[in-house]
Amino acid sequence: MSVADTLTEIQLMGFVGEVLEKLGDAVTEVEQCEPRRGFARIDPARTVEVAEKMIAMDGCRLATATGIDARDGIDILYHWAFEPQGVVVTLKVLAERPSLTVESIANAVPAANWIEREIHDLLGASFRGHPDMRRLILDDSWPEGVYPLRKDFDQVLDRPPLPPNQTPPDVRPEGETP
Amino acid sequence: MSHRSCVNIGPFHPLQEEAEFFQLTVEGETVVDVDVRISYNHRGIEKLDESKTFDQVPFVVERVCGICSASHPLAYIQAVEEIAQVDVPRRALYLRTIVNELERIHSHLLWAGLAGHFLGYNTVFMWAWKYREPVMDVLETATGSRVNYANCKIGGVRRDMTDEQLKRIDQVCDELRKPLDMLTKAVLDDPVLHARLENVGVLTPEDAKLYGALGPTVRGSGIPIDVRRDDPYAAYADVDWDVCTAPDGDVLGKAVVRLLECFEAATIIRQCCQALLRDGGGPIDANVEEIPPGEGVGHVEAPRGETFHYVRSDGTNRPVRHKVRAPSFNNVPTFKASCIGAQIPDVAITLASVDPCYSCTERMCVAVDADTRKPLLNFGELVRISQEKTKHMLEAGGRAILKDW
Repeated sequence: MSVADTLTEIQLMGFVGEVLEKLGDAVTEVEQCEPRRGFARIDPARTVEVAEKMIAMDGCRLATATGIDARDGIDILYHWAFEPQGVVVTLKVLAERPSLTVESIANAVPAANWIEREIHDLLGASFRGHPDMRRLILDDSWPEGVYPLRKDFDQVLDRPPLPPNQTPPDVRPEGETP
Repeated sequence: MSHRSCVNIGPFHPLQEEAEFFQLTVEGETVVDVDVRISYNHRGIEKLDESKTFDQVPFVVERVCGICSASHPLAYIQAVEEIAQVDVPRRALYLRTIVNELERIHSHLLWAGLAGHFLGYNTVFMWAWKYREPVMDVLETATGSRVNYANCKIGGVRRDMTDEQLKRIDQVCDELRKPLDMLTKAVLDDPVLHARLENVGVLTPEDAKLYGALGPTVRGSGIPIDVRRDDPYAAYADVDWDVCTAPDGDVLGKAVVRLLECFEAATIIRQCCQALLRDGGGPIDANVEEIPPGEGVGHVEAPRGETFHYVRSDGTNRPVRHKVRAPSFNNVPTFKASCIGAQIPDVAITLASVDPCYSCTERMCVAVDADTRKPLLNFGELVRISQEKTKHMLEAGGRAILKDW
């Protein structure tokens, strides 16, 4: 569905409408457009461009992002908050199977750095161009390729065994006794 | 000086209530880089919520944080109420406001006390915690618990408050004004605290926007954002109050914002209590039967900033996805902007300026030489350095500072 079609179906109104109109044809589908909340899907190829446009807008900040294990891949929802209008605009990008990869916006918006690492840890989506994709949430001993927030992960049955207890290396100066 | 050492603070972080790990790279006394590792205490609450019914989730999410245990359930409930388009009764909205503002006062006073302790001002610590106690007492009287109030439910609140309880809360907030006034003046008019906190850990408005900083952290940088005013929930649109800001972005600014917010919170609570006493009663619950499919966003101004919840429903009795974003998740990365170039004694209070809890104090902190891995300082010594800096200022420069005042 093109934006023109969507515009006729859901009338873009108020502040949310203005924001979505500024993004132009990068918006592929408008799902909800209410006075204080907006939900829209954007073109995955233009994620970074959209993020740069959003952060340049007055009073806009990235509240957070949500990853959802959906049928066709991992849905990434960027929640942009506007003050003082009190509006939250959610822009959705789908990381399609099997690659589950989208562009990272962490270089344009530092606030996205941690949350993208978290989604990578818990859901296994990859963010192309992320500056620092180390683990943030999961322990280093957690097995690779096991993503606890996926729908097929059972929180009781699929839990990996705990790593053995390790004694930390002794860092006392030589000659000092406990 | 080119020799670099690493100062590890953590993994049981002394400043936040959760285990966190900060690795400071220092050249001499100057911090040149900060690396943060979080989530030693990850409990998988988002996953757990997917297996609970909509009614059960509030009791799970209030355990996200012991201090924000009114804000998290409220944010979740507002997200669900947005999906179900519930009209919450007026009395319930006012009752929610009262509990949330009481929580703000006790959280800010807790922070003020601990920040004072950290700087070697144990009098401030004793005062702040003493005046916090009546607030905790009325929270217990009104909700039955000092933490985890279990006050909110989808469509309203679980417990009404009697006129006697409302009068008691009103009275406590009235009585709180005088000690708060004294405490604020003691902090704001103290020349040594000014010298110690001014221009320390400065967060510029530009960095605050890029890192998405929230709450007193961003209001201390002069940006007047506050969910209570911008996207009014509960009864905030009906009462008269102001957003507090400070212009400079330093630790002093954040302290000022928190202390002034205590006054505003007391004003809000008193207005709510008086409005409820005038009303005399009314329904407190909208009796929500069913949550339709859809998605909703709920955000609440917790003591430390905006608590953000996203809920997606598919029409069954459980959420498909429930995302929780606590304010510290956005505030902690701002250390990358505010700590670089600072001195080690100042970093301790800069890290403390974002979030008020130090419950794990002095569990483990060792500064090691980056080359030899030999220990240099432990956490107790870091606290000592910080306190000594204040003391030196008092002794050496104190008289000069006092003369200026």
